[in-house]
Amino acid sequence: MIRKGSVMVFVEQEDGAIKDVSFELLTKASELAHTLKEKVSAFVIGRDVSGMADDIIAHGADVVYVVEGDEFEHYRTLPYFHAVKKIIREENPQIALFGATIIGRDLAPHAASYFYTGLTADCTELRIGEDNMLYQIRPAFGGNIRATIVNPDYVPQMATVREGVMKRGEPDQSRKGEVKKIDVKLDDNIAHITEIISRERKPRTINLKASEVIVAGGMGVGSAEGFALVKELASVLGAQVGATRAAVDAGWAEHERQIGQTGTTVRPKLYIAVGISGAIQHRAGMEESFKIVAVNTDPEAPIFDIADYKIVGDYKTVLPEIIEAYRKLQ
Amino acid sequence: MGYKIVVLVKQVPDTHNISGDVMKEDGTINRSALPAIFNPEDLNALEMALDMKDRFGGRVTVITMGPPSAAEVLRQSVYRGADEVFLVSDIKFAGSDTWATAYTLAAVIKKTVPDADVVFAGRQAIDGDTAQVGPQVAEKLGFNQVTYVESLMDAGDGTVTVSKQIEGGIETVKAVTPLLMTVVESANVPRPPEVRRMMGYRRSMSRLEFKSAMKHMLRFEDEAQLEAWLAENSLLIPVVTASDIDVDLRKLGLFGSPTKVKNIENVVLKKEETVELEANASGALKLVSDLKKAKILG
Repeated sequence: MIRKGSVMVFVEQEDGAIKDVSFELLTKASELAHTLKEKVSAFVIGRDVSGMADDIIAHGADVVYVVEGDEFEHYRTLPYFHAVKKIIREENPQIALFGATIIGRDLAPHAASYFYTGLTADCTELRIGEDNMLYQIRPAFGGNIRATIVNPDYVPQMATVREGVMKRGEPDQSRKGEVKKIDVKLDDNIAHITEIISRERKPRTINLKASEVIVAGGMGVGSAEGFALVKELASVLGAQVGATRAAVDAGWAEHERQIGQTGTTVRPKLYIAVGISGAIQHRAGMEESFKIVAVNTDPEAPIFDIADYKIVGDYKTVLPEIIEAYRKLQ
Repeated sequence: MGYKIVVLVKQVPDTHNISGDVMKEDGTINRSALPAIFNPEDLNALEMALDMKDRFGGRVTVITMGPPSAAEVLRQSVYRGADEVFLVSDIKFAGSDTWATAYTLAAVIKKTVPDADVVFAGRQAIDGDTAQVGPQVAEKLGFNQVTYVESLMDAGDGTVTVSKQIEGGIETVKAVTPLLMTVVESANVPRPPEVRRMMGYRRSMSRLEFKSAMKHMLRFEDEAQLEAWLAENSLLIPVVTASDIDVDLRKLGLFGSPTKVKNIENVVLKKEETVELEANASGALKLVSDLKKAKILG
């Protein structure tokens, strides 16, 4: 099959702010498009979003489709889907990338179903392979099997990627691109299919991805009191606190602090794992950290397989020693 | 009257409880050693469906697609209160990706509950975490769609009011039916199986289980007799095959799936060099000074 056409990115915005994952995807799309010698296209949908086009172009798009209207103020599946349908028909991209956000995971499969095309969720790597096919690489079965998925016979080849998995490039304000406004008229039954009654947002206060140092605790910490020591080390080092799913489930840390396949993916300069056994689901979210320090009483804990520094011992004595040493060397 | 409610459920390997025995020497997982369980969020979906029936009236039909052994999740659904169940099983469905699975399930819903008001599914299954089949079934049925549902607040006049997760918050929406919803784990605490229903339905089975059942149900001469007995006692789980539904055979199973697995590799990550430090003051000092030298700590 001959594949041609652009590499397209769904630029997700909420309340006027573009999601980080969309910038990360634009960077990845530029790389894929360069290999294919094709353009990068993007689309953005919302109530008042045309002002975002310049920023989208600066991050790599050559063509930006803009759909605006009051009925697109907040995300609703079917109104958005009607817009996507029209844009994809118009552009005919060979690849379409979506963030694996709540919105992306709602919209992309609905569209893939309609277009009879393949969609691969939560890809950790995307590259152009043989016959110019998009290789969609994702961990399967908790993270220790890597599957390469292809979509050989249909277009667009679709994939979702979680926030923080791809790297975001620097914007180039001198880049030029084309802005295409698309008029999407919704039938009444679609425009009113889902009515938003109320929205309650809590501003995000925890940003694990931006943190260069993370101190994370797992079940081995044993109690909320013990977790206070993890927090103390983090505060001394100016680090963020992370947690495994089990520690979050135990109520020792907020949900936003969960690191792993079903939480946040981080790659800080330093990751200190305290009382974390190293289940593959957790490792999937942190094993690309530059340096990993693991503290665990079990010398056989799998976390040590990926650690740069291994300390077999009780965190209750080890963490105060580290705090002490850090203060001494200041 | 009452709502026609469908729940899509899946039997999955228990990937969240991977113990030492399940890991092979090379770090890969021995799939067959994993117990098969009711996908956790599908239990939340079933609970929301049963709760909707309790509060607003209706009939709950549970559908699963899978091998003959998947009948177990249907029994589990009946124990909790499902009114009707279907096992979608056919070698022609084998190897389906999310697209082909949704195509098949949508055709089954059209056939078995043609006037469905509401379809519930778990947000995602733990064996793939894709969260795709629900939205794809919605598209194939031409239904409205709301994912990440946390609670069902009201139903009436052709709409359902629910609260759902959004990034960093909660949104309440009133959605027109017919509607497909996917349900998250935090939505509810699934009810346990009812003892009375367990006693009543524990012998229920589909014809795909007759062969093994005949070995211990010695009072039946042959499978036909067993089938007659099950049917008479409302214990026969109906099986839906490709020939029972209105589908294009070219869109089923591995052949009909747009995605193909190009290759699979085992990744066993191991650091080449791990420095072991003493769990004392000198170990801590060495750690901190190394990290400071490397400019990792300020």
